[in-house]
Amino acid sequence: MEPIIQFKDFSFKYRAQAEPTLRNINLSIMPGEKVLILGPSGSGKSTLAHCINGLAPFSYAGEASGELKIAGKAPKDLGLFGLSKIVGTVLQDTDGQFIGLTVAEDIAFALENDMVPQEEIFARVDEAADMVDVKALLGHAPGELSGGQKQRVSMAGVMVDDVEILLFDEPLANLDPATGKRAIAMIDQIQKKKKTTIIIIEHRLEDALYRDVDRIVVVGDGRLVADCPPDELLATDILARQGIREPLYITALKHAGCQIFASDMPRHIETMKLEKYKKPLKDWFERTEGEKKRQQAPSALKVEDVYFSYVPGSPILQHIHFDIKKGEMVSIVGKNGAGKSTLSNLICGFYKPTRGRILLNGEDMASWSIKERGEKIGLVMQSPNQMISKPMIFDEVALGLMVRGVPEGEIKERVFDTLKICGLYPFRNWPVSALSFGQKKRVSIASILVMGPEVMILDEPTAGQDYRHYTEIMEFLKGINENYGITIIMITHDMHLMLEYTDRAVVIADGHLIADDTPANVLTNGEIAEKAYLKKTSLYSLAVNCQIGDPSRFVERFIAYERENRRGKEGAHG
Amino acid sequence: MAKVLAYEEKDTWIHRLSGVTKLVFFLVWCFTSMVTYDTRVLAVMVAFSLLVFKISQTRWKQVGAVFKMVMLFLAFNVVAIFIFSPDQGTHVYGTRTVLFHIAGRYDVTKEQLFYELNVVIKYFTVIPAVFMFLVTTNPSEFAASMNKVGISYNIGYAISIALRYIPDVQGEFTKIKHAQEARGIEMSGKASFLARIKNTSAIIFPLIFSSMDRIDTVSNAMELRGYGKHKKRTWYMAKKLGRNDYFVIAFTVVFAALALGITFADGSRFYNPFTG
Repeated sequence: MEPIIQFKDFSFKYRAQAEPTLRNINLSIMPGEKVLILGPSGSGKSTLAHCINGLAPFSYAGEASGELKIAGKAPKDLGLFGLSKIVGTVLQDTDGQFIGLTVAEDIAFALENDMVPQEEIFARVDEAADMVDVKALLGHAPGELSGGQKQRVSMAGVMVDDVEILLFDEPLANLDPATGKRAIAMIDQIQKKKKTTIIIIEHRLEDALYRDVDRIVVVGDGRLVADCPPDELLATDILARQGIREPLYITALKHAGCQIFASDMPRHIETMKLEKYKKPLKDWFERTEGEKKRQQAPSALKVEDVYFSYVPGSPILQHIHFDIKKGEMVSIVGKNGAGKSTLSNLICGFYKPTRGRILLNGEDMASWSIKERGEKIGLVMQSPNQMISKPMIFDEVALGLMVRGVPEGEIKERVFDTLKICGLYPFRNWPVSALSFGQKKRVSIASILVMGPEVMILDEPTAGQDYRHYTEIMEFLKGINENYGITIIMITHDMHLMLEYTDRAVVIADGHLIADDTPANVLTNGEIAEKAYLKKTSLYSLAVNCQIGDPSRFVERFIAYERENRRGKEGAHG
Repeated sequence: MAKVLAYEEKDTWIHRLSGVTKLVFFLVWCFTSMVTYDTRVLAVMVAFSLLVFKISQTRWKQVGAVFKMVMLFLAFNVVAIFIFSPDQGTHVYGTRTVLFHIAGRYDVTKEQLFYELNVVIKYFTVIPAVFMFLVTTNPSEFAASMNKVGISYNIGYAISIALRYIPDVQGEFTKIKHAQEARGIEMSGKASFLARIKNTSAIIFPLIFSSMDRIDTVSNAMELRGYGKHKKRTWYMAKKLGRNDYFVIAFTVVFAALALGITFADGSRFYNPFTG
């Protein structure tokens, strides 16, 4: 059988760049195979995908050398449109790629462009919608759909064309954990039913491995650094070296000093052979200590029995109550649309609660204006692009002080101090546009920090970031939290973030508070996880399968160990 | 938030008509009403417009806000005509019957009033037709119809894409506005008008930058699914022309021909009651 995708000594250089992004790629993928492509940001994994679907070089100009054949033909003979008949791409932005005004039109889009007669379009749209379970939604507008539903519509939109290859570009990036799991199951089902070749680009390995893949290809610095079945890959240290997060249970086993063997099938924790790992893991559990309980600090932000609704009779939030202490790092979690953002809108004063009170340091904020609240409670949006409004870094960070009429000399001093904290001082005279995404994120944090807030609320601070950038941002926030005593609240659906960096998780589902507990307890409780569209951590399964009696304590100790480890590393660097 | 001038799904025979039919009716109707100043023709058209509007079951809530704005504009228009050419009526009808004098060259004449009355009626022949067209035509079907009457599908699709992303951009706008307000940028009535204009840039720039990201995704998504491959495309939402459609088109054409015939029968666009 001929490979459906074949790279031979393939290199690619974007026109705007001096160095090639891909070098000497040799890769063949057979029809019907399911391949996961891993790699950190900037490794070239997206470029590899763009070369397969034709965005490179047809939309992003550049030069290729070596050979690439898709279904036996060279991309330049096929053209972007020719390729689109063979390769169907599902992009990561579930919202942006939804083109139609309704589900049916979005699915029909490719057929319309191909001048398929209307009766045939109807039939094929129905069939594709059926395949991904959105047939009941055909008349719905995108605004009425959840992220997971939109993604399934996009899948139908490319499958309607009977493509031979389905390419998923970070399908998990915008989904909550439970929905992500469903997406992976759906992809698996499609492959089994239609024998389509599947390529998944991801950096969330553990979630992507929820269903079997045939092979994993690891891209690092423009080259292929691994191309093997998952079991073999997990038995190496390639992932750690490439800055890709291993599945947590693998990390735990490694902490316990175990070597992982491919023959034990480590790709799923549920089916992994754990016999030889049980003893060392138990020993590790016994000798590792959990983190000491913090002493009780006074209350920083207290939400007292808050209700909210836009229209009387259809409440968005009901009976929400929690008390965040000074210097805590807390996550607010729950599925998309559960009311998390509404809650932060109420805290910042954009909306008024229908009932209940919100107190800062014990003082009711009801009479405070948005601006007054903004001085004590800083809000950092998900994307720095949503906040940055000045071309120069200094001006951007100074903005909040300028509009408050702070004297010029003081502004300068405070902005410089803040830039130093954020590691941006060397760039103080630079334009914002010269910075990387991570640096821009820091500018947006600095522009809030400069006002000296007591509480900071961050909306999905690490969305779309790979492991290295995630760690960078989170360590930075932790530094602010520890060194300056700023209370930090993060709205997120990243389970790693809540486990590794927060002391407490406030869980909201369908407008109700369903848990306010340590992340370890939340993520080992099946019922809560299910209601909030989270999923149980694999550490839980590891503990249970290794007969460790208290899974939640096991998770706590794992986190404590990890934090200790990171601190140790930092010490070594400093 | 009530959607102003947005399509609303209902089951009337007007809703069931093809977008092509409604577009043809709309264009011919507007053309006729623009050309003719024949008061008798205009009166019939107003009556007919209102009837159609009634049949389409359009509610006041859907159009009220826009109607008020149009009325304001109409008032300006009427006053402006008088200020800039107080003798337009005399010029058109050839007589000058002064009712009373205001100042300088400004006399209120019967002819001028009659002329301006015609202008007002013209508005009223067109307004219900425009409203009816907008609220009874599915935007996707509208794009399909424009393409069918020979307009490039790029234009239709541009409108359709704009409608698709307007709610998203609105949501983004609110989010950005909130975040900037929390930073202390005053957008409410408390700030002076000038300050507010200046502060708007704090929202506009982030909005543009985040929209740029979106545009990149949208254009990639469209290209990857073959948009622009052929000179033509088909439409999921297109409606075949039915018996009613042909009937309406035929009626529209005959009506327009008759209306123009009556209008120009005496060699002028104007109906002149003054020569008796």
